[in-house]
Amino acid sequence: MPDAATLERLVGEMKASDAESVIETVESPGRVAIEVKPESIVGSLEVLRAAGYEFLASVHGIDYYPNEPRLGVDYELLSREACDRVAVTLRVSIEDPHLPSVTPAWPCANNQEREAYDMFGLIFDGHPDLRRILMPEDYEGHPQRRDFPIGGEPVLFTHNEHSVPRWFE
Amino acid sequence: MSTVDPAARELSDYRKMEESVTISETTEFEGDRELLTLNLGPHHPATHGVLRLLVTLDGEVIRRLQPIYGYLHTGIEKTAEQKSYWKVIPVVERMDYVSYYFNAMAYCGAVEALLEVEIPKRAQYLRVIHMELNRIMSHLVFLGTSALDLGAISVWWYCFRERETLLDLFEMSSGQRMHTRYFQIGGVIEDIPEGWIEQVRKFCAIMPERADVYGDLLNKNEIFLQRQRDVCALPAETLREFGVTGPLLRAAGDPWDLRKAMPYSSYEDFDFKIPVGTKGDNYDRYQVRLAEVKESVKIIVQALDNLPDGPTITDDRKIALPPRHELATSMEALIHHFKLVTEGMRVPAGEAYFAIEGARGELGCFVRSDGSSKPARVHMRDPSIVNMQAAPAATEGWLIADMLATVAMFDPIIGGVDR
Amino acid sequence: MEVIRQKASDAEEFRAQGLRARDMLRGELDDADLDEFVQERVLTTTLEKASDWARGNSFFPLTFGLACCAIEMMTVAASRLDIARFGYEAFRASPRQADLLVLSGRISIKMAPVIRRIYDQMLEPKYVIAMGACSSSMGVFNNYAIVPADKFMPVDVHVPGCPPRPEALMHGILELRSMVHGDPTLGWRERYEAEGTEEVYPLAPADATGVNVFGAGGTEATNA
Repeated sequence: MPDAATLERLVGEMKASDAESVIETVESPGRVAIEVKPESIVGSLEVLRAAGYEFLASVHGIDYYPNEPRLGVDYELLSREACDRVAVTLRVSIEDPHLPSVTPAWPCANNQEREAYDMFGLIFDGHPDLRRILMPEDYEGHPQRRDFPIGGEPVLFTHNEHSVPRWFE
Repeated sequence: MSTVDPAARELSDYRKMEESVTISETTEFEGDRELLTLNLGPHHPATHGVLRLLVTLDGEVIRRLQPIYGYLHTGIEKTAEQKSYWKVIPVVERMDYVSYYFNAMAYCGAVEALLEVEIPKRAQYLRVIHMELNRIMSHLVFLGTSALDLGAISVWWYCFRERETLLDLFEMSSGQRMHTRYFQIGGVIEDIPEGWIEQVRKFCAIMPERADVYGDLLNKNEIFLQRQRDVCALPAETLREFGVTGPLLRAAGDPWDLRKAMPYSSYEDFDFKIPVGTKGDNYDRYQVRLAEVKESVKIIVQALDNLPDGPTITDDRKIALPPRHELATSMEALIHHFKLVTEGMRVPAGEAYFAIEGARGELGCFVRSDGSSKPARVHMRDPSIVNMQAAPAATEGWLIADMLATVAMFDPIIGGVDR
Repeated sequence: MEVIRQKASDAEEFRAQGLRARDMLRGELDDADLDEFVQERVLTTTLEKASDWARGNSFFPLTFGLACCAIEMMTVAASRLDIARFGYEAFRASPRQADLLVLSGRISIKMAPVIRRIYDQMLEPKYVIAMGACSSSMGVFNNYAIVPADKFMPVDVHVPGCPPRPEALMHGILELRSMVHGDPTLGWRERYEAEGTEEVYPLAPADATGVNVFGAGGTEATNA
């Protein structure tokens, strides 16, 4: 993780390019996460790319239920020269889960953004082909949201095997 | 089952395509040449799991390749949110099903980062030994199934013979051949039995020459060379743009390896080289993995030589189960055991992303904890789903037979792609 | 049906047996000799039993690997636990040529219709082994994404394990073999009273420009 001075410099550069972008910085042992506004994600990632963080390792969605705004996306960046990782997070509300897609600038986010859309319902504006990737394309619902039921079959024990409705009944 | 007349019900385009025999109702043209879209469906003779490819062909030349995933989606990440932290390990192990120790290591590393717990040195070395054995096994499966796809069937028999020896070693140390839940949060679940080290040494003594045997079978084989040399090469810059890591990137000449660059679990103690290719074609991808097998053997031998004594799991009773003999004498041990088994360990709130060098590339695990005994979000950044983004670029303009060889060399494991 | 093999004796007795067989074929053996010959050398059985015996000893498994259990299925066919000693090494890629479907791995909801289609494409008599915990019950993952095989297709043998050891899968296949030897009507349509439920191919829409390989109006006699 970048040390305090590097982190200051990075946040400063991000604020210089777009004053409103950085909301806060969260530091925990071994990890630095910079929270930005959803609109400014593409610019923030470009600033970090210019600072050496050229490899976007992971893009994934998170559901922060019950905290609002509920949905979030986490971008894990890696700088190969400095052997360093930095995370950029953002939050969107579940009523309006739109945010710009970073796929045009970072092609490695293609499948991962599709997965975030499939699992959480995050809509990435500007993604070339935003379809469901893991669930069937006509599936309804976004499974990894925290209020989506886990599903599955009831486990049959001797005490309930005759009372649980079976699929052939 | 399919009905008689799909036009009678309201079906989405996707469902119509799935239930029809033809892929699309309209024919596609490039200039005056008709393009054929072929469905290499989820069930196909190649042995790479349930990968579905829509290939648009002009004769035999591929114009467009569109992989479709999701045929093995198991909701592992959502299931992991329902289990306590140490019960997630068996669930997450079944994700990328030939490199189960790597999945467990990535997850345990992320949780240990959140817990800020120190892993004993012996546990770290045992983890390294098992992970490198798993890397050898994963490369053996890759080599066997890829050679089988290309027609070199003998290689498959030999690779699976070595794999049986490896699985015997895993069975000796943990009781299970696959998905062993040997890695736990805080270390490994128990110490290795007597005689295991000798068996591993015996294996390491024969493995390099067995790797040479596979090389002898394939390296000068004219058919194999024609199908692999200078086929579907991609430069390293393109691969980096697509997020490709692992042996694919190293075959293109870029020596990025997390074991050397950002070492974890005592990898800095070992002296090994990173095999790197020159051209990035299929032949280099195969050679890099074959060379990695030999380097892994070196690491294992060094780890066995320097295996330190000590505990194999952390002493912190709030994380690791106490040893059984303590339960008879100590009340706190009993209470800790009870709490750990029923409720699980409590992890302080926070987020962690831990990445390791898996057999296919950077395998990362993101864990978000909200302070309770169950994780709030577990995400595995699997290398296969990101590596396969480069497959269309690699195969466009090549023949369909080249595409099969390339997908084999990309070594996707669909369990990791679909999770 | 049991096949009792007699130990080959020395050359003398072998020659004597050959001469007796020649005499039998010429019709030169008398009553007592003929009875003895028939008891020793000729098997009588029903044609069904014989064909079941042959069928059970020559499954053609389909190369159908889904997930982790597929790796163990490949191990069954590999050198240590050689499935070829029982005669089942001919893995066929095409469902038209296979008669044993080993559901090796978890069945996601996207894959289930595909598996059903493949099962329907197999020709009777066909058998299904649900290998592993995920395909029989939900296995480790009891969630929205997977479905147990019994919900959409009939299964003959369930092999537990996660993944089952190759020996366990071998045991399951041999159980299936003894089931086939014992029960001639293992076809599921008879068991579930489902005659007439063969696969129906969808009609092509009226404005389709692609070629409908089944001709106008669907296929065969099953377009009822």
